[in-house]
Amino acid sequence: MLLQPTVPMASLDELWFQVSGTLCNLKCEHCFISCSPVNDTFGYLSYERVMRMLKESVELGVKEYYFTGGEPFLNRELVPMIEQVLKVGPVTVLTNGTVLKADWLKRLQTAEQNSRYSLEFRVSIDGPTPEMNDPIRGERTFQRAINGVAMLCEYGFLPIITITRTWEENEEDAILDSFRAVLKEHGYHRPRLKVLPRLKMGGEEKRTEGYTPLERITPEMMEGFDVSQLLCNHSRVVTDRGVAVCPILIESESAQMGETLKESLVDFPLLEGACYTCYQYGSICANPSSKKVEA
Amino acid sequence: MNGKIAFFGGIYNNYLALEAAIADAHGRDISQIYCLGDLGAFGPHPDRVFPLLIENGIQTVQGNYDHSIGHALEDCQCGYTDPRDNHFASLSYAYTLENTSPEYRHWMKQLPAEIRFTWQNRSVLLCHGSPRKTNEFLWESTTSTAFLERLADEQDADIILGTHTGLHWHRRLENDRHFINVGVLGRPENDGTTNVWYTVLSVEEEEKTQGNSSVSVEFIPVRYDYEKLAREMEAENIPEEFIETIRTGWWTTCLEILPAKERRAGKY
Repeated sequence: MLLQPTVPMASLDELWFQVSGTLCNLKCEHCFISCSPVNDTFGYLSYERVMRMLKESVELGVKEYYFTGGEPFLNRELVPMIEQVLKVGPVTVLTNGTVLKADWLKRLQTAEQNSRYSLEFRVSIDGPTPEMNDPIRGERTFQRAINGVAMLCEYGFLPIITITRTWEENEEDAILDSFRAVLKEHGYHRPRLKVLPRLKMGGEEKRTEGYTPLERITPEMMEGFDVSQLLCNHSRVVTDRGVAVCPILIESESAQMGETLKESLVDFPLLEGACYTCYQYGSICANPSSKKVEA
Repeated sequence: MNGKIAFFGGIYNNYLALEAAIADAHGRDISQIYCLGDLGAFGPHPDRVFPLLIENGIQTVQGNYDHSIGHALEDCQCGYTDPRDNHFASLSYAYTLENTSPEYRHWMKQLPAEIRFTWQNRSVLLCHGSPRKTNEFLWESTTSTAFLERLADEQDADIILGTHTGLHWHRRLENDRHFINVGVLGRPENDGTTNVWYTVLSVEEEEKTQGNSSVSVEFIPVRYDYEKLAREMEAENIPEEFIETIRTGWWTTCLEILPAKERRAGKY
């Protein structure tokens, strides 16, 4: 049994809303929390709950806000929620890009123009071709997501295409180049890309492999390590069950931190395999790409 | 201290803009000039910057670049994550490290990470990126006002000044407190103009509230001989992408770190 280090909660900088719980219109093979149209392990957040948490977050000096799921746009109150949050801080929405509607984007474009803050979209696509993407994300999802990207560009947004690395690292440059070329062909002239490491849990554990018992962080590994590379050092996520430590670990018992944000601001023990991935790559949930680990 | 004070952000080896900014500040009745660090990168002839700072008594904060060059570290600690951004950052870092003399590397190594003083009854805190982390990017469009209020509380400061992002901005907080990014002298601001920027603080007496005063923040555009700088960069074989930025005012590298609003404002 390895000793587990704990990470101090330094400063609540980013607040995440698990706004559609584990409900998603897609059922991606590698989803680390196994989201699907029928997985209601976690449910929708109500508008009132998001506003209540937003108020508490402003008192605590939160810097940025994120909406995730599942597919956030399945929550019919998402657009008014974003409009309200943009009045107090920057917003990032993580979407699969397949259910976007023009009238929502028009409203959000206006909301961003009236705000001093950025509204970012991260659109998940897992390869530059349907042949690479669709076996993971589902039939026709490549074309539907690309159409979503084109629609976001039409409304002036610069979506960050978020790609889970399901290739060998020596193939990375070629795949990303081909991704940029495809996006340009579809009218996205300055494509922004973010590469995510695989998280070997949920669907991905069944698709490929899970974490081995040795893929854990020891106290010695934390010596001299920049702890701000770990999300649990400066973020929390609101679910319909309470406040959890990070959006990756919402299903884990140890990740449940309390009912209010204030209660959740305590040290977190790095017990999980996913913590090892976060340690290895750093800032995996931030908008800029995380680093590539050289072989 | 009384009167107006001036703040320079990243110099990035641009000694010609630094000379022009010093001359401009001298014409404005400035009592003291401060520099918020990142003296190297991007431009030519790193060693031409230091004598200007030292001879003009410019108090300087240590930026991530200065820490890296001072300690001869492997990279600039700029905090980029995109491979293309890192590629260009490493070219300019290798050039600057090679062309900075040991004497000035030693000088940079000893610069303070922050400077604090009282000015016009206000506590002023100078840092490079943020008061809590030298290379933290605080962009205007991704930094909430609530966060800045917390920072000012935690740091017990009325006025916090930083640089690092390359873009100037100002947020007025409660009780006449302020967060200010002072801009940079090293390269233009990705807006299609070739000038660079620095910042002047002064106080305004308010007629309505007798005896009270409020802080005034002025961003000053600096025009300099950018064509001369561009030619010197060519002569030093500095990448064409950097020279294009100096000549056009549009950023060509280090773009992936920009948030949406800041990215849209540029050309690339």
